[in-house]
Amino acid sequence: MNFLHGIQLVIILSTLFFLVLGLTPVFQKLLAAPLPDKIRKIFGEHVQREMNSRTYLMSLIAFHILGFFILFFMQIFQHVLPLNPNQLPAVTWDLAINTAVSFITNTNWQAYSGETSMSHFTQMLGLGVQNFLSAAVGICGVLVLVRGLTRSQTRLIGNFWEDLIKSTLFILLPLSFVLTPILMSQGIPQTFEGKAKIVQRDQSPHLMQDIPVGPVASQVAIKQLGTNGGGYYGVNSAHPLENPTPVSNFFQLLAILLIPAILVLVFGRMIGDVRHGRALFITMVLFLALGLWGSFWSEFNYGTLEGKETRFGIFGSTVWSVFTTAASNGSVNAMHDSMSPLSGGIQLFNMMLGEVIFGGVGSGLYGMVLFVVLSVFLSGLMVGRSPEYQGKRIETPEMIATVIALFLPSLVVLIGTAVTLTYPTALKSLGNPGVHGFSEIVYAWTSAANNNGSAFGGLNANTPFFNIGLSIAMIIGRFGVLIPVIYISGRLAQKIKAPKTSGTFSTHSPLFIVLLFFVIVLVGGLTFFPTLTLGPILEHFMLISKKV
Amino acid sequence: MTTRIFPSYKELTRDALRDSLKKLNPYALRNNFVILVTWFCAFTVSLYSLSFERSSFNIQISLWLWFTVLFANFSESLAEGRGKAQAESLKRMRSTMIARRLTDHHDLTSEQRVSAVDLVQGDVVICDVGDFVPLDGEVIQGIAMIDESAITGESAPVVRESGGDRSAVTGGTKVISDRIIVRIIRASGDSFIDRMIHLVEGAKRKPTPNEQALQVVLVSLTVLFLVAVGTLKVFGDAIYAMDSGASSDTLTFPILVSLFVCLIPTTIGGLLSAIGISGMDRMIRKNVIAMSGKAVESAGDINVLMLDKTGTITLGNRMATQFYPAPGVDPKFMAQQAYLASIADDTPEGKSIVLLAKNYGDFPDTKGEFVPFSAQSRMSGLDQGTIQIRKGASDSIKRWVIEAGGSMPEKIEETVQAVGIRGSTPLVLAQRVDNLNEVLGVIELKDVIKAGIRERFGELRKMGIKTLMITGDNPLTAGAIAAEAGVDDFLAEATPEMKLDRIRAEQARGNLVAMTGDGTNDAPALAQADVGVAMATGTQAAREAANMVDLDSNPTKLIEVIETGKQLLVTRGALTTFSIANDVAKYFAIIPALFIALYGAGGLGPLSALNIMHLKSPESAILSAVIFNALIIAILIPLALRGVKFQAKTADELLLRNLLIYGLGGIVSPFVGIKIIDQFLEWSGWL
Repeated sequence: MNFLHGIQLVIILSTLFFLVLGLTPVFQKLLAAPLPDKIRKIFGEHVQREMNSRTYLMSLIAFHILGFFILFFMQIFQHVLPLNPNQLPAVTWDLAINTAVSFITNTNWQAYSGETSMSHFTQMLGLGVQNFLSAAVGICGVLVLVRGLTRSQTRLIGNFWEDLIKSTLFILLPLSFVLTPILMSQGIPQTFEGKAKIVQRDQSPHLMQDIPVGPVASQVAIKQLGTNGGGYYGVNSAHPLENPTPVSNFFQLLAILLIPAILVLVFGRMIGDVRHGRALFITMVLFLALGLWGSFWSEFNYGTLEGKETRFGIFGSTVWSVFTTAASNGSVNAMHDSMSPLSGGIQLFNMMLGEVIFGGVGSGLYGMVLFVVLSVFLSGLMVGRSPEYQGKRIETPEMIATVIALFLPSLVVLIGTAVTLTYPTALKSLGNPGVHGFSEIVYAWTSAANNNGSAFGGLNANTPFFNIGLSIAMIIGRFGVLIPVIYISGRLAQKIKAPKTSGTFSTHSPLFIVLLFFVIVLVGGLTFFPTLTLGPILEHFMLISKKV
Repeated sequence: MTTRIFPSYKELTRDALRDSLKKLNPYALRNNFVILVTWFCAFTVSLYSLSFERSSFNIQISLWLWFTVLFANFSESLAEGRGKAQAESLKRMRSTMIARRLTDHHDLTSEQRVSAVDLVQGDVVICDVGDFVPLDGEVIQGIAMIDESAITGESAPVVRESGGDRSAVTGGTKVISDRIIVRIIRASGDSFIDRMIHLVEGAKRKPTPNEQALQVVLVSLTVLFLVAVGTLKVFGDAIYAMDSGASSDTLTFPILVSLFVCLIPTTIGGLLSAIGISGMDRMIRKNVIAMSGKAVESAGDINVLMLDKTGTITLGNRMATQFYPAPGVDPKFMAQQAYLASIADDTPEGKSIVLLAKNYGDFPDTKGEFVPFSAQSRMSGLDQGTIQIRKGASDSIKRWVIEAGGSMPEKIEETVQAVGIRGSTPLVLAQRVDNLNEVLGVIELKDVIKAGIRERFGELRKMGIKTLMITGDNPLTAGAIAAEAGVDDFLAEATPEMKLDRIRAEQARGNLVAMTGDGTNDAPALAQADVGVAMATGTQAAREAANMVDLDSNPTKLIEVIETGKQLLVTRGALTTFSIANDVAKYFAIIPALFIALYGAGGLGPLSALNIMHLKSPESAILSAVIFNALIIAILIPLALRGVKFQAKTADELLLRNLLIYGLGGIVSPFVGIKIIDQFLEWSGWL
């Protein structure tokens, strides 16, 4: 790492920081305001009727079931549907299930290559729409949580449809409209054509080559903004048409963390505790900084350019790998499989923490709040009071929901990996036998169960075993957290908010940040230390001993 | 005298040891998930070691796993021991008690001697000197001195009489003077003494809300580690299979179970129940009977404390502190007349006036006729021939002076007002000599704030607890005393309804309220408060409504109750943090041991780099971790029983302190401990 890299990093982080600061009040205003009359008239009266947590949850689940079937059948019937210039065949049933689950859960795990599997119709009206909606659902989770913490003695926690419409129309769409032209200016295609015919340099003009194109730029914009990560092309943002220049790379990097980071501060403002939001933000920055530092150290000492795009280099690829695994984005601009063992380990650990280092749109924040609940539970006892968060008493039901949400995805990773290892046909998918193969399997399950969606590479996951298994992981990873969060919010809304006194410890002090940091590291570390030891850590020490 | 029997430390330990062996029955562990799981681990590893692979290492692992369970049992038994001994003596007393039942309570000859256990609610019994009150009841006739030491341990006898606020008597107390007739209001099995027995035995102890929530965390961690260790076997075998050069014989059943037991929160799991029991026991030792563990826990959460002025904030009585002679009156003369007016006055105020007057010199004991205070005149004083001396409230003296043609000097009126504003009570002294009236001056009676109470309130404020003084005084007086005592707020001219309303208002704001009370009219407020402490001297209604009874009837006790409640939670949180933090070191001991041979081509593999403690051998590392895990429970038993030292600090200060000691300490100490044990094992040649 040299001086130039340092400057680049400063530019990326400071631009991001100022964008976040600038947009936070805007977001707050947009999310706090009721739906304008005009829009409400379009959708009808039911979008403003307040719901209790049960109704909210039911609406949310119904919405996802509907979304799943639409997406599933769109793939199954894409050969007869319009906008299929390349005449792509129907998607297999298991892949269709996997892809549908993947996109409704904001995971965007891709067991296929977009350009050779999905028609324009599926990409735009299926995957693209879910890119928006799944991210919007994440914001719904934040809004519900805010109401749970601010309201008192009520069962009502908002209207799911109103939240969904607000988040999509006011947050995600406008930002996508801004980002898409920027990306197009860098040469990312935005067309209904199926193929571009090009002549390669130094080749005879008769040797024409077909390059698949389509409405790429708009897809890429929301893929990054919505922490979706599902690429138009199979190799995602490593593809020269999905991420052609350092400038497009820069804007995509910003887009990965932008909304999750803003939502953290918006959360603080909306619950009336700006400093708490800031404390959560700082905690996340700490993890991000440590991840970057560790990855740089490992990459610049042990990394190679193999598997990376020369236009991004080791630096550009490393920053991206940390950003995309910190946020539950999952888009890649290099093959994570080829990176040095420890930076692969950091990517894994970022995801294993449950995608709370900014994390997915909304989901990162509410995941972090679950860690906060666990922290205030332990430290609340240590100051001699029944634990409370933002003046709301944390009791047994809240703790049950919290530990389920915190531990369930981890259990899925462990059990999924173990099942894969004992399942002979599954092992055939491995690109690399040996320790690295183990890391590939762990990565696949970690990525799915934490709704990241990035692939380590090397593993052929388009088999019925992985398609179905990882679908289950994605569903548990998404709803195993979201449902408890809504349940907790519904319970908290019913409680009286206790006033702050010097007997309640602050949730914004440096001490709190340190505490939260260690609780997260401890929970993640205690669960996954053996797994990481047998994967990336073992690989790292083997690499060292070979070098010596 | 006391009928309580406290066994010696030696006896307690002996009993606890015996008891902890009895608790090896898994059914006895059904409420303690973590230790039950440990029991199961010890059992299966023992079976494995005895039937499949009888190595010295495996046997030692089994033994230490059993010790882990034993230490946990021992802590609980030790905590229970004290209470059990106390319960035994209470039970003995109850079963041998004979009651003298009256079939007709107007007819004293209708007496029958029955066992106390056979009495039913509504029975009437007679108690003479030397008799025990058989069950909880209400005095319906007579007055008596009662020795309550069997229940309270307090040797000073108390007065109980029919009617009013002192009519409640408790079963097991002894009449030491006079005779009373008592109506039994609680049948045997449900009386105060029964509840106390249940309480001290821990038989009725239900997990408190916080304990339940903590159990959720402990159970979930146990499940998480079960999966983590279970899958580790699969992962490890798979990786060993890839490296054909090494065999996976380190991943044996006893070793994996050892890892599992080391990781699950056995420390807090083993000590949790001891912490709860000893918390209750600390309350009992402070002579507070909590009706449930929940009440004790709520005490830690209190953020508004309602305290009666009299007896809590001020000493019971007002004292004369200053004479203000009227213009032209000699101070010494005024002191003398004040002395005379009060010499026969038995009230504490009167005595304090005499005391103050003596500072001005010795006065002769002049004979005269004492005029006691009456509700009509609202004055008291002395008639001495033609001289009449009176002291009383300013308006009544004024009336008395004016009625005989005198007048109230303006200066006196001013002084009266000034004294009132200070929060003191002005008494005006006047004399009538041959129908000539003269106002002599003003006596200032002052509420004396208890020593150290101001500092106490400062501590409470630091802990985030608001103090609220309840008083019947007018707002002016109340405000002055409140300011002097350093309470945060006051409720003047308080009626029981106002108390109740105030509690409700505070609760609506999200506050948890604690109060003490003794009268029947306190009962609604006591019931409404989150923590209501009734005085043992209080009425039955008050005792019923409260969720704690203070046997010493000391209103300041509430503060100690809060501290005990907080201490209980702090201890639980601290040991949980410690327990979880311990896992880091255990991983660093065991994981390298499991995979040290991996890719080592027969020698040490790359993962030996993780053996940062440089433990001697894989076996030694694992055994050291297991031994540490068991011993730490034993080492922490005193802390669990005594509780973490409580300090009046703000939450942030407390958190920092406890995180450093139990969080950081929890991470560091096992590194040290395991290393020491590893060295010892090598030195002793055990392995």
